[in-house]
Amino acid sequence: MADRAELFVFWLFAIPLVASALGVVVARNPVNAAMSLVAAFFFLAGIYVLLVAHLVAFLQVLVYAGAIMVVFLFVIMLLSLHEEDLKPARLKAIQWAAVFGGFGVLAVLATAIRDSGVLHWTTVAPDYGTVRAVGRLLFTQYLLPFEATSLLLLVAIVGAVVVAKERI
Amino acid sequence: MAAANHYLALAALLFTIGLVGVVVKRNILVVFMCVELMLNAANLTFLAFARHQGSMNGQAIAFFVIAVAAAEAAVGLAIVIAVFRTRGTLWMDEVSSLKN
Repeated sequence: MADRAELFVFWLFAIPLVASALGVVVARNPVNAAMSLVAAFFFLAGIYVLLVAHLVAFLQVLVYAGAIMVVFLFVIMLLSLHEEDLKPARLKAIQWAAVFGGFGVLAVLATAIRDSGVLHWTTVAPDYGTVRAVGRLLFTQYLLPFEATSLLLLVAIVGAVVVAKERI
Repeated sequence: MAAANHYLALAALLFTIGLVGVVVKRNILVVFMCVELMLNAANLTFLAFARHQGSMNGQAIAFFVIAVAAAEAAVGLAIVIAVFRTRGTLWMDEVSSLKN
């Protein structure tokens, strides 16, 4: 019974997720693509909750759907869109080949997933995926990568300012 | 029945959509969005396997992926602004001075 409920919620999030991800690729206007991507991130956060990853689901909404997509929309608004930027792209032959290559990747992945058999869930501790448990893991076992991340973000901020500024 | 396979298949599908978007779309901003989609597919795989193994290491890795994606978006969009300022275009085919 719980299995069927989980499967129902899974499809409830998965179908709109795939639809909005396709919307990113299909949309002609970059603003529409960005809004589709925001929707996709929200549905993906729902899937993360289903995977008992509460902290990551929070971060998905706060950092991805919030911060990163706001930056994207700012840049789209900042760079004025010309009409010719919205023209439908004629695909070259090499791009069609690349699309078939993409479907080849999907076929390989699908075969690998099918051949790996049914990967059952294991029972997890009650505090699995909570902010407290993941935070403790981050600040003990992953302390050095965590601090390196702060350095990475600092470098990214300085680099972004240096690259985007007209004159320092 | 619910198992990790559903989530892995969903991640594979998302990754393929992002990959096709990267190779087909010519607007540099949309290509960036498709890269974000691929990063999220990788995140979903990490979380599905973490749930399958019952260990939280995958969730810690997903946290780092999100942080790296934030840094990548900041630097990448700065490069987009710089390219637009010098070339006046977001169309990737017209930015080819390294090719010639």
